[in-house]
Amino acid sequence: MLAMIASARKRIYFDHSATTQVLPEVLEAMKPYFLDKYGNPSSIHSFGREAKVALEEARKSVAALLNADPMEIVFTSGGTESDNLAIKGAAMYKGRMKGHLITTKVEHHAVLEPMDFLKRFGLEVTIVPVSSDGLVDPGDVEKAIRNDTVLISVMAANNEIGTIQPIREIGKIAQARGIPFHTDAVQAMGKMPIDVKADHIDMLSLSAHKFHGPKGVGALYVKRGTHLEPIIHGGGQERGLRSSTVNVAGVVGLGKAAEIAKRDLEPTSDRMKALRDKMIKAVPELIPRSYVNGHKTKRLVNNASFRFDFIEGEGLVLQLDFKGIATSTGSACSTGSLEPSHVLLALGLTHEQAHGSLRVTLGRENTEEEVGYFLEVLPGVVSKLREISPFNEETPMGASEGGSCVQ
Amino acid sequence: MEAVYSDKVMEHFANPRNVGEIPDADGVGKVGNPTCGDVMWLYIKVKNNIITDIKFKTFGCGAAIATSSMITELARGKTIEEAKKISRQDVADSLDGLPPVKMHCSNLASDALREAIKDYEAKKAAKA
Repeated sequence: MLAMIASARKRIYFDHSATTQVLPEVLEAMKPYFLDKYGNPSSIHSFGREAKVALEEARKSVAALLNADPMEIVFTSGGTESDNLAIKGAAMYKGRMKGHLITTKVEHHAVLEPMDFLKRFGLEVTIVPVSSDGLVDPGDVEKAIRNDTVLISVMAANNEIGTIQPIREIGKIAQARGIPFHTDAVQAMGKMPIDVKADHIDMLSLSAHKFHGPKGVGALYVKRGTHLEPIIHGGGQERGLRSSTVNVAGVVGLGKAAEIAKRDLEPTSDRMKALRDKMIKAVPELIPRSYVNGHKTKRLVNNASFRFDFIEGEGLVLQLDFKGIATSTGSACSTGSLEPSHVLLALGLTHEQAHGSLRVTLGRENTEEEVGYFLEVLPGVVSKLREISPFNEETPMGASEGGSCVQ
Repeated sequence: MEAVYSDKVMEHFANPRNVGEIPDADGVGKVGNPTCGDVMWLYIKVKNNIITDIKFKTFGCGAAIATSSMITELARGKTIEEAKKISRQDVADSLDGLPPVKMHCSNLASDALREAIKDYEAKKAAKA
């Protein structure tokens, strides 16, 4: 029955911060490396050599996207591994395993969890807060620096609310103090220009599938001279920083996606930005008691994050799915825990407010018609859930009833 | 989203039965906490020891709304004694199961029903 609803009209994909479609040109570029050119790039025969050539071409494309040197690109299995390598690798350099790390409240779990893990081995972590629109104050980062600080990690742009951080200022501070600066740029790639030299970045994580490459492949930019220990040991591939036979076809896809991201950055950003602005202007006008999360201007061109009083986000995502529109939410129900998104809470929102969140993330293929359809459908969907909800203007949500969330 | 719902959960979520309030309800049960993301208010009318009408209002995820809808179907027409026996598991089973993560946080319906019955019995005792 549900399949019928979904297939009655063309489906609309508004969840590009979760993942993106592999572009046909990317898939075409990858194909030969499954079927004909399947050699191991470490082999010296012709099969190996042609794989090695492809690997190095992809490395150049990724480097070009970041204004880096190809030798500074380490291929990994994705954003999470890149973050883990940067953080654990910096902390463990030469068996050190001590010192202090700085990060922020709104980082992805792939940054926060490795930091938390390191605390078990005696490292200390300072987690810098953000403003109500999600911005990190570079001054707070500077104040957190200690003599034994081994790494500063601040994301380029947030995955939930889209807020873009002042990484250039933070990079400058880190550089002046001689501390390595890592940025998780997984959401930023293909949506904003990043220049590792101008932005004073020592390490940068990226993931192919967030910008129209395949899943399961990513990279860590490691500036020459950065002190880093591998976290995966074995055959010594990737200059010893990441052992394991490289996923050649995946890396070729990453390279192609990087090339396209660089080529199309301007036109695709302009298009997405216009659609995003249309949504963040229209929704609060169309729906009473609805709000935009994140910064008004310093936000990813493709991110529109909302919240609605009196309703819960998972219901909203499911109702929109019935209408053929794919979105996401930071409500507790969607996180598989009892807590709503840590990012929304970091903005100072209450649990009740955070439960009513909706994230719409655009991609290069989305159209004005699709945004129009979303704006047409959304008010009805919100009203439907509000009719079911016991809360409204007269009966506001209060945290007074019931006890603990764990039952 | 880690949860994958059964077709029956989705069907009840898409078309919830008996949404609303009963202004002259004989019993009202309010459970949950908005901080946790799930709140359910359940209203019952009782005649000759039988639940003749039942309505709900729920703030919560798909599972919370579907279990609310299901409990109204399970309880309507039942005697108070029968209704008291409806468990969380019964509600989940009637929906062809719930994802494990939802079994506790969003399966409040049987608790709400018990609270409504408690309220009804307290009111009845006060009148007697």
